[in-house]
Amino acid sequence: MKVGVPKESLPGERRVAATPDSVKKLRKLGFDVIIEQDAGLSAGFDDASYAEAGATIAECAATWTAEIIAKVRAPNDIEVARLTPGQTLISYLQPAFNTALVSALAARQVNALAMDQVPRITRAQKVDALSSMGNLSGYRAVIEAVHVMQRPLRGQSTAAGKIHPCRVLVIGAGVAGLAAIGAARALGAIVRAFDTRAAVKDQVASMGAEFLEVQVAEDGSGSGGYAKEMSPAYIAAEMELFAAQAKEVDIIVTTALIPGQRAPILITAQMVASMKRGSVVVDLAAEQSGNCELTKPGEAVVVHGVTVIGYTDLPSRMSLQASTLYATNIVHLLEEMGGAAEFAISETNDVVRPMTVLRGGTLTWPAPMPTARPAPLTPPAAKRARGEGHGPATATTMSLSTRIGLLLAGLALLGLGLSAPPAFLTHFTVFVLACFIGYQVVWSVTPALHTPLMSVTNAISGIIVIGGMLQVNGSSAASILGILAILLATINVAGGFLVTQRMLRMFHR
Amino acid sequence: MSPSLLATSYLSAGVLFIMSLKGLSHPETARRGNLFGALGMIIAVLAVAIQVGLATSPIVIGAVLIAGLIGAVVAMRVSMTAMPQLVAILHSFVGAAAVLVGISNHLHPGTTRVGAEHTIHGIETFLGVFIGALTFSGSVIAWGKLQGVIGSRPLLLPGRHLLNLAMIFTCVWLGVVFVGGGPPSLPAILAVTVVSGLIGIHLVMAIGGADMPVVVSMLNSYSGWAASAAGFMLSNDLLIITGALVGSSGAILSYIMCKAMNRSFVSVILGGFGAEEGAAAVGGVVMEGEMVATTAEEVVELLKEAQSVIIVPGYGMAVAQAQHPVREIVDLLRKRNTQVRFAIHPVAGRLPGHMNVLLAEANLPYDIVLEMDEINQDFEKTDLVLVIGANDIVNPSALDDPASAIAGMPVLPVWEAESCIVFKRGRGAGYAGVENPLFFKPKTRMLYGDAKSSVEAILKLLAG
Repeated sequence: MKVGVPKESLPGERRVAATPDSVKKLRKLGFDVIIEQDAGLSAGFDDASYAEAGATIAECAATWTAEIIAKVRAPNDIEVARLTPGQTLISYLQPAFNTALVSALAARQVNALAMDQVPRITRAQKVDALSSMGNLSGYRAVIEAVHVMQRPLRGQSTAAGKIHPCRVLVIGAGVAGLAAIGAARALGAIVRAFDTRAAVKDQVASMGAEFLEVQVAEDGSGSGGYAKEMSPAYIAAEMELFAAQAKEVDIIVTTALIPGQRAPILITAQMVASMKRGSVVVDLAAEQSGNCELTKPGEAVVVHGVTVIGYTDLPSRMSLQASTLYATNIVHLLEEMGGAAEFAISETNDVVRPMTVLRGGTLTWPAPMPTARPAPLTPPAAKRARGEGHGPATATTMSLSTRIGLLLAGLALLGLGLSAPPAFLTHFTVFVLACFIGYQVVWSVTPALHTPLMSVTNAISGIIVIGGMLQVNGSSAASILGILAILLATINVAGGFLVTQRMLRMFHR
Repeated sequence: MSPSLLATSYLSAGVLFIMSLKGLSHPETARRGNLFGALGMIIAVLAVAIQVGLATSPIVIGAVLIAGLIGAVVAMRVSMTAMPQLVAILHSFVGAAAVLVGISNHLHPGTTRVGAEHTIHGIETFLGVFIGALTFSGSVIAWGKLQGVIGSRPLLLPGRHLLNLAMIFTCVWLGVVFVGGGPPSLPAILAVTVVSGLIGIHLVMAIGGADMPVVVSMLNSYSGWAASAAGFMLSNDLLIITGALVGSSGAILSYIMCKAMNRSFVSVILGGFGAEEGAAAVGGVVMEGEMVATTAEEVVELLKEAQSVIIVPGYGMAVAQAQHPVREIVDLLRKRNTQVRFAIHPVAGRLPGHMNVLLAEANLPYDIVLEMDEINQDFEKTDLVLVIGANDIVNPSALDDPASAIAGMPVLPVWEAESCIVFKRGRGAGYAGVENPLFFKPKTRMLYGDAKSSVEAILKLLAG
């Protein structure tokens, strides 16, 4: 089975879908590799090294005859025309935006797998080109910004005066955002980051950036690891935050994408105008029309003295590393699909299925949504034991057993009221109220202190010593029993309180 | 002392007791709370001593001094791993005291009562003695099991439920005889003591080691109710209030423990868990995969690479006295800026909250020791989990195997972490006798050997 790797046709695209290393791995999986001549040249790989790795070097047309075509960019019209029924195309496709391309491919009756549709599950990470490319883009975004900045990022005190450190705001802490944070931190900048998903807060902190939050409680975690769209109230609060930050920071890197939709506008023209002259906005969402209102995809424009960079070829600007990672993603995908021997576009494989856009020309995209992650198991008992001064939650509607219980309690009270002497009822009142107080107080005890709770209740239940003392005045037999009771209960009191104190002394922050 | 002054002393003692429990809602306020409790006790005892003129009685003062000394010595000497035993034996003292006070009161009732008052007083005395004797004998057995004097396997007599019922009915009948009054009442109440004591022994003998936290909290509750009953008998409000506080505390703890094991209170009390059901489950489940052993060197490598580590301690860690070297490992890791936290399951250890005390004793700060529901959602984001001396509380079959003996019990999902190391003495089932599929999971590695020497080996490599 052959894998064809054509040279990328898009002007400025320097990457390639196979490297000499990946060719070796593909051959190990049983594939023959045909690569177009000079395909890897712009990424730093010459034909000789491909040939050495075992690939066949061929004319452009020959690569398109292979059973599997591996590419980086989506094919153009000429390339689509070269496809024949039954072939399998693996490349970026962006099926949500490129509907015309998808129908053209469908007309050619090919199988098509989109490298931009890899599911966001742990097992698929080795295939995830968006992650591997995003990582590079995030890094490069900072480098591009530094390139046009007229000052260093790191602060320093020099004899000629103090250099203030740059402030960088990163919006969206996905793979690209985290890489941008890391790069900016490494260059010495003060980094702040924002993300609608509260879950990434720790990751941001671990990269050394400050996590900005808005005062609206809403979590933006959507299915499959992406962020979802937020409520209008949240967006308003978020925009207010960005407007305030824009006045302070020197570099803004935006990475906010919502799958299959235009990127949300987060940085308005007004915000850009409010930035210091010489500041930079790098828009990593430029390919999906950008997070900044002023972004021109593919270009860097200067507005109000602020450079807005909308390059869409950031990974391609590091074509050697980008090609190596992408080619490895392709190898992993072909391995996942069974290698050459058992090659199949599985309907059930949870990595392959979501990527499959066309199967023999039939549209199979989008795949059924990945099932929502099961909610973390919070056992009701433990939750109650948290204790903020409340007992077990009572159901809003009374169950039958509750009703029967109330009825029986009522009857018992009626019976007591009719027969018991008043002195007893006074004590009984005290008893019942004390039970309620005990119930409330004990639920508020933190679970960490349950052992001290037991030892202290143990100590105070030694109050029965009073009972012993009240009996000592009686006959000699009763007195002896009373003194024995005093003896036992006092051991309890002394031992209980002292051991509790000893335990509690050990608890420290 | 005037009756009003006595009443206000009782009131202040009661309020101080409530404040002492309230203080336990946070470690910062807990010590002050304990002092409030002790103050309340001193006020109450002094007030009563002056009231009945015992403040000058040499025998009573001597008894209090000796007992106080014994209590103090025990409290200072006891090791934290032995806390469950201490708590159990202290419960038995309260139970015994309640019995003694009850019988003493019967011998010398003070005032004569007639009609309904007499009947109610009789019932109160009967209840005090019944609960007290049960608490006493049950606590002694619990102590024996925890101390290892008695085997922890449940003792299951044939027809044990019927036997319990028969004994309870006997007690009720003896109670009726006792309340009837006259000469047979003294032998009747003594017989109640004996039979109720037998019930206590039989109940606790039938309960397996894993259920001990529930039993100890239940006995805690009973000791409170016994004190309350004595309070009714003596018409003493302070005893009633204190008993009710202690009783509800123990009841709530039992409830929490039962929920944490997904078992009903009744099924725990009727006992027998960990014997027949456990054995059946072992036969029913076929384990897939194999257990992969690892070495201390590999664990150290993982520890050095990890950003976040969660340690799940179980009673095995305390038995092996491994908490001190564990603390040193934690210190080293925290110096390397690794996030280290402890995850505590409600039934880890042999007492509610026991693990927290043991970790506090090893000088670990309480703010990195988290409860199950505080930390359960963090496992999947964690690089490395160390399971030290725990088994059933990290058993995935509780969640996914309805046939398992521990099905439905909330557990710590340690298998969600990037990798998981299980410290284990050898290849065997846990305390509840249930096989653990965790050991066979692909991300799990087994570190065999005594927990303490394993931990010390890791510490040495990590420090060196």
